[in-house]
Amino acid sequence: MSTLPADLKYTATHEWVRDNGDGTVTVGITDHAQAALGDIVFVEVPESGRSVAAEDACAVVESVKAASDIYAPLAGEIIAGNATLADTPDAINTSPYADGWIFRLSPSDPAALATLLDATAYAQLVADES
Amino acid sequence: MPFGGWDMPLHYGSQLEEHDTVREHAGVFDVSHMCPVDVEGPDAQAFLRRLLANDVAKLKTVGQALYSCLLNDSGGVVDDLIVYLRGPSGHYRLVVNAGTADKDLTWLETQRWRGSFDVTIRRRTDLAMLAIQGPQARELTATCLPREMAESALELAPFHAVECGGWFIARTGYTGEDGFEMLLPADHVVDLWSVLLDAGVRPCGLGARDTLRLEAGMNLYGQDMGEDVGPLESGLAWTVAWEPADRDFIGRTALEELRTSPERREFVGLLLTGRGVLRAHQTVLSNGREVGEITSGGFAPTLQRSIALARVAPGLGETCEVEMRGKPVAARIVKPPFVRQGRILVEL
Repeated sequence: MSTLPADLKYTATHEWVRDNGDGTVTVGITDHAQAALGDIVFVEVPESGRSVAAEDACAVVESVKAASDIYAPLAGEIIAGNATLADTPDAINTSPYADGWIFRLSPSDPAALATLLDATAYAQLVADES
Repeated sequence: MPFGGWDMPLHYGSQLEEHDTVREHAGVFDVSHMCPVDVEGPDAQAFLRRLLANDVAKLKTVGQALYSCLLNDSGGVVDDLIVYLRGPSGHYRLVVNAGTADKDLTWLETQRWRGSFDVTIRRRTDLAMLAIQGPQARELTATCLPREMAESALELAPFHAVECGGWFIARTGYTGEDGFEMLLPADHVVDLWSVLLDAGVRPCGLGARDTLRLEAGMNLYGQDMGEDVGPLESGLAWTVAWEPADRDFIGRTALEELRTSPERREFVGLLLTGRGVLRAHQTVLSNGREVGEITSGGFAPTLQRSIALARVAPGLGETCEVEMRGKPVAARIVKPPFVRQGRILVEL
């Protein structure tokens, strides 16, 4: 069974979003998503400084099976991509909520964070999908 | 996942671990979807010499195997298969692909009728099939078999098979590693599977089977070749027996025309030097010009790089680019296979 940290927010496209408390958020994909993708072998992270709209495809995760787009959960500016994933893409499999983070974002409207799913709503969404 | 009408596991946990297991140790694949077809009768040899692009007359001893394409009149591939000689007087066994089995049987029956061949063609749905592959596969399998059967199996030369009581053991495979492919009565297969697992052979799924065969430079029917692309443009020219010149196999006329054509496309291996993962249907570019397409691609666990098989215009040289998400990414053109018997054969 996949774990679901209660302190994170989630999207319907299986990203998790952590409020860093300093006006920035960190984004990755959920344990459920990494398990569905299988062994991850390549990640393309977004460049810092890039402006994104909510739901823009801004990163790519490639597993042994297929390539999947990762979407910006909120509008804003990318402030960092996780460069260590170039050498250890499997960190997304082994540590989806910590070492496997994909990018950090400075949302243009921090209040929009509240519109994302909480852990209970996301768990329901996953249950409904299967 | 659904595969040719069968429900197949993509992996039993981690596809990468299963891949490594087969390169370094031993893994077992349930390949019961593969379809054995027995062809017997006084005209069996003449029939198969007409139907197959490779020549079954090369099979001299009982148990010997041959890889061949089954071609249509225009030289396209109806299916690829392995044919085994089972008896000195015209007993053959074909093992064909799952997704094409119905079509193959119809094709065989049509040709039998058209040429008035005296043969019987029998689909062996009563048999299950396991592939045990890897450097330790033969020894571990032998520990799971009755002594006499184990001895016969261990004596097999590559690409040969032996039959013991309704069990058919062949030293063949689709991974680039040593091992066996075994056909046995379906009601025995669950027992054999458990005994193999107890002996330390690990279960492997379709995902690892695909990356192993890709590294081994082995074609996948329907992806690397098919009804519209024949053996000469899919790296299988070596399976076409041109001699004797008077053997009139189906598709021969079409292949002979293409054989000397300057436009004949090449089938090559690609090794990605830029970043990303090569995938089937990506476009191959040379100096910005479209020159071909990837037919199979993926991440190669043994090489820790992305590789592909591609069909391209002739005379490209040593490098090309592949279009990924609208951008050209650099790749090297190499000669498959990439890996055989655990050894990397291309320069990284």
